[in-house]
Amino acid sequence: MRTELLRFIARRLIQLAIVLLVVTFFTFLLIRLLPGDPVQTIIPFAKGPQFAKERAQLRQDLGLNKSFLGQYWSYLIGLLQGHLGHQYSSGLPVSKLVDQSLPVSLQLMIYAQVISLVVAIPLGIVAAYRAGTKTDSAINTSSFALLALPNFVLALFLSFLIGAKLHWLPTAGYAPGWLDPLFDGTQHMHLGQHLTYMILPSITLAVGQIAVYMRLLRSDMIATLQENFITLAKAKGITNRRILWRHALRPSSLTMLTVAGLNVGTLIGGAIVVEVIYDLPGMGEKIFQAVEARSYVELQSYVVVIAVLFVLVNFLVDFLYAVLDPRIRRARTPA
Amino acid sequence: MPEPRPDPRGGAPGPGFGGPGAPAEAIRRDEADPSSLAFEGDAGMLQVDAVAAGPESGRRRLGGGLNVTAWIAIIWIVFVVLIAVLAKTGLATWGDPQNSIASCASKGPFAQGGSAPGHLLGCDSIGRDMVARLALGAWESLLVSVGAITVGFVIGGGLGLIAGYFGGFVDTLLSGMFNVLLSVPAIVLALALVAFLEGSPENAANSALPDWVVLIIAIGIVSIPLVGRISRASALSWSQREFVLAARAQGAKGGRIMIRELLPNVAPAMFSIALLGVAIAIVAEGTLAILGVGVRPPTPSWGNIIALDRGLLLTSPHIVFEPSILIFLTALALNYLGDVVRTRFDVREAGI
Repeated sequence: MRTELLRFIARRLIQLAIVLLVVTFFTFLLIRLLPGDPVQTIIPFAKGPQFAKERAQLRQDLGLNKSFLGQYWSYLIGLLQGHLGHQYSSGLPVSKLVDQSLPVSLQLMIYAQVISLVVAIPLGIVAAYRAGTKTDSAINTSSFALLALPNFVLALFLSFLIGAKLHWLPTAGYAPGWLDPLFDGTQHMHLGQHLTYMILPSITLAVGQIAVYMRLLRSDMIATLQENFITLAKAKGITNRRILWRHALRPSSLTMLTVAGLNVGTLIGGAIVVEVIYDLPGMGEKIFQAVEARSYVELQSYVVVIAVLFVLVNFLVDFLYAVLDPRIRRARTPA
Repeated sequence: MPEPRPDPRGGAPGPGFGGPGAPAEAIRRDEADPSSLAFEGDAGMLQVDAVAAGPESGRRRLGGGLNVTAWIAIIWIVFVVLIAVLAKTGLATWGDPQNSIASCASKGPFAQGGSAPGHLLGCDSIGRDMVARLALGAWESLLVSVGAITVGFVIGGGLGLIAGYFGGFVDTLLSGMFNVLLSVPAIVLALALVAFLEGSPENAANSALPDWVVLIIAIGIVSIPLVGRISRASALSWSQREFVLAARAQGAKGGRIMIRELLPNVAPAMFSIALLGVAIAIVAEGTLAILGVGVRPPTPSWGNIIALDRGLLLTSPHIVFEPSILIFLTALALNYLGDVVRTRFDVREAGI
């Protein structure tokens, strides 16, 4: 029992290490394959041959005179020590930019997840309880439409509606919230303002998830409601409301919660377009700016950070399920 | 692939999404593929409708028994494709998409500047007719999305088939590769790939690859692991069936079994997912364009029409919303049709 769990963790940790090695290797390889010479970019040849010495010095400083694997090795060592490189334009360390932008994305992700689960769970329960009725098909049809609605269309629509017509909320900008001081000690938080800035982006991001979660809950719930223990509960005279919320919800929510857990990784950095449209200074916007400036080293660092987070989050989700549900542990270890 | 079961819903009305059979599917899928749960993050999006096909469904003629909504969806897709082809080939034109008329700039329905007589959908910020631009933009958007999904299906589908059929080390290697590609959010990966393939902005204009090829490669690569995992799961279950064993007993080699025995069975599932894939790719094109790496102007695409005049959202909303609505309706129609195909072919394997 205990060894089973330990073996599961060991297996996943090895997988984690392999994925991270491969991701860093390929991003590194891609950057090296790019045409152009960083030394050339920093000190253009147009400046004349008198800079040859500076160029050679820079080449050595950047470690570009080493072999490819040597360069990768020192990059990896640097990465383990938290060196993510510098932003070309400002010279700021990328790790500092990550500290500024990661909490924004994390808070956005948390709000979006909370909103989508709070809306999706009651809808899923109602749809399952009234399966096959008009209520069910109305919920299904609208969730179908929501699934096909691109994030950016909703973002543009909401910023038009609120920004041009109703003026209830700001449609662009950001104020630091409760998570920012943890990453960036110097900042103050303005919680009220923070929330007003986050409402529209969070809703935009949540809408797509609502449909997904609702459907997963509905289909699992329909199966649960046919189980014997539900019949027993009914026979005991427990009210429908109590059966649905207290007896049926928990066993039905595993698939939905798994997907929600995995979405945590996707939503950090995957929300680029929402962050860009609402002008939120999160990881997504940083990636967008790095791409715009073709600042590849910076881009590489963000991709690595996001991949690490993604893999770690998935690891945690898997781990939690292995702890909670022994069947998963047993099913996966022989793989 | 499990044996066909009787419809668990009996005579339940309506094509419910994710019917009562779904959880059983999930468990069965999990047994067949212990690692599959790890990246089912998007499973909900394309959750398989587990309604089992009745015995009569195989005999229905193509097109028979489609409901009104499905026909509307088909008509919409045909309409968009027709417009795109006509605009591209010049067989029928809706005006010149590059001709700018100063008096018409930023005008259109719901615009602050008033409507533009003679231009049904108004004009963009430099006075180019929206109808002409949307028609030609449809071509670019469809070209990129269909091209990308073709790349994804040929490579991803092929690799998935190989992984599912051979299993063992090959499977571990290919599945590992899929998982690595999936460890970065799709849009980040696509964005990074386009940025890489296009090179620096100064070089972008005269880069070796046309921008639509760059987009096809980038979105195609992103779709490889998604398609690969589904094709793998499907091939895995089909390859345990007796007819595969029989083919092997008759001396058929791996390649032949994959093409002659597995492919015809995996294909229907893949077709329904291809429709959803095109929908996702159209949205991806729009997203990338808004992020500044789409089809380069002056060539219009639905995405870059939005991207170019996003700044005029409050004063000339029509420029942004007309292509947005087209993208939404096309994605909706493709989603719906994918669902119809899936139900029809009794597709029960894991979603993207």
